[in-house]
Amino acid sequence: MDSTAISTGTEGTTWGGGNQPLKSSYGKMMMWFFIVSDALTFSGFLAAYGFSRFKFIDYWPIADEVFTHVPFLHGQELPMIYVAFMTFVLIMSSVTMVLAVDAGHQMKKNKVIWYMFFTIIGGAIFVGSQAWEWATFIQGDYGAIQTKGGNILQFGSYKSVEGEAVFKRIPVEEFAVAASTERIQHEGKSGIWFKSEGSLPAYTVNDVYLGLLANPNILVRTQTINKKGEKTVLSREESLRQLKTNGKRYVKGANLEVNEYGAPLFADFFFFITGFHGFHVLSGVVINIIIFFNVIIGTYERRKNYEMVEKVGLYWHFVDLVWVFVFTFFYLV
Amino acid sequence: MADHAHKLEIFRGLIKFKSNTQKIWGVLLLLSIITAVEVVLGIYKPDILMVPSMSPFEGGVGATLLNITFSAFIYTKSLNLIFIVLTIIKAYYITWDFMHMRDETKSLRRIVVWTAVFLICYLIFILLQEGGYIESVYTQGHVKRDF
Repeated sequence: MDSTAISTGTEGTTWGGGNQPLKSSYGKMMMWFFIVSDALTFSGFLAAYGFSRFKFIDYWPIADEVFTHVPFLHGQELPMIYVAFMTFVLIMSSVTMVLAVDAGHQMKKNKVIWYMFFTIIGGAIFVGSQAWEWATFIQGDYGAIQTKGGNILQFGSYKSVEGEAVFKRIPVEEFAVAASTERIQHEGKSGIWFKSEGSLPAYTVNDVYLGLLANPNILVRTQTINKKGEKTVLSREESLRQLKTNGKRYVKGANLEVNEYGAPLFADFFFFITGFHGFHVLSGVVINIIIFFNVIIGTYERRKNYEMVEKVGLYWHFVDLVWVFVFTFFYLV
Repeated sequence: MADHAHKLEIFRGLIKFKSNTQKIWGVLLLLSIITAVEVVLGIYKPDILMVPSMSPFEGGVGATLLNITFSAFIYTKSLNLIFIVLTIIKAYYITWDFMHMRDETKSLRRIVVWTAVFLICYLIFILLQEGGYIESVYTQGHVKRDF
């Protein structure tokens, strides 16, 4: 009798080992668990966005007024159109990915190659669109005045559209009177060498004030959302008074510090959440490219299974899944 | 890689596809329609959907409990509620059909979905609750924020 090997008497039964209760390979299961943890990270971001939005519920920028641009269609206000296009591109690339997985199950190498190729193209279009969206947001379009309290005053006038008086924003450049000022940019060469500042705003508050004074039709719009869900437009006297007493500096576009559309937090969250998502798409594209070349050189053909395509597919669908939520909570709600 | 039996019916068997490829295109059609509905609603914003569908109950503890139970209809604009529901439907079909959750075992499905759903709901509840509280301090307390 062999004294070292101990028989436990469980061979062949449930606890005897070799069981796969989840009927899923190690790699696929770990991809699922990674996806769960990543989903929690994203929901942390989105819930934090919700927190800040609930905190400033009556002052939050209206996304439809921020993201109105479509490439090649200058000067037209088309909210939602471009982001809907981006969403469609991502869903479409998800479809080609799942078709690649399906072709992999049937061991059709050429089909896998083509579908993976389309997936990568779709991902690239999406990342490019997001970069364009960022650039447009950073550049801004109308300009605004930031108050001492950090709020935003925008400018515009009532125009009649189909018989209704609608408030249309007017770019500050169109009416501000640029006067010469004493204030010049402080550069390193003109003082202590290690102290300098960024470029000065294009206009001073006084330039904008004089412009407003000269154009009686222009009014100031504040961040406050009224009962109708629109931003409050001030009366003419109040417009002049607000600008005179509270105006601090001219801002255009958005960055981590200022945002011409309203709360800087909105811009911060936009950059952070879409940036983090865009980074996921980018890494997804890179991983897809690696797997793509592996398919071409026949790695999985020799391995006799295409499970690697399935795993990267899971990640890719997850990226799409996150975008569905980002789309809803940033652009729709 | 022996067998890859896909479950081919969606809507609880209402629509049954002939092949996995066909199901993928069917789900794409469904997702596209939902997205199109969202975009159209987002652009036109019908006035009737811009307010909550129910008004708060008045009265004692019972009314408070009812308000909590129906909070989604009382405190959220109908339009936003529609968006959120449509998003969850989209998420369901992406997970179930594109990520093949439909074909996984029940236990794997529950490990992934229940964990995530529970933790996310908890997170959302806490953060939104606190955000609302801070908002009430800003508006009802003596905090001056615009000067």
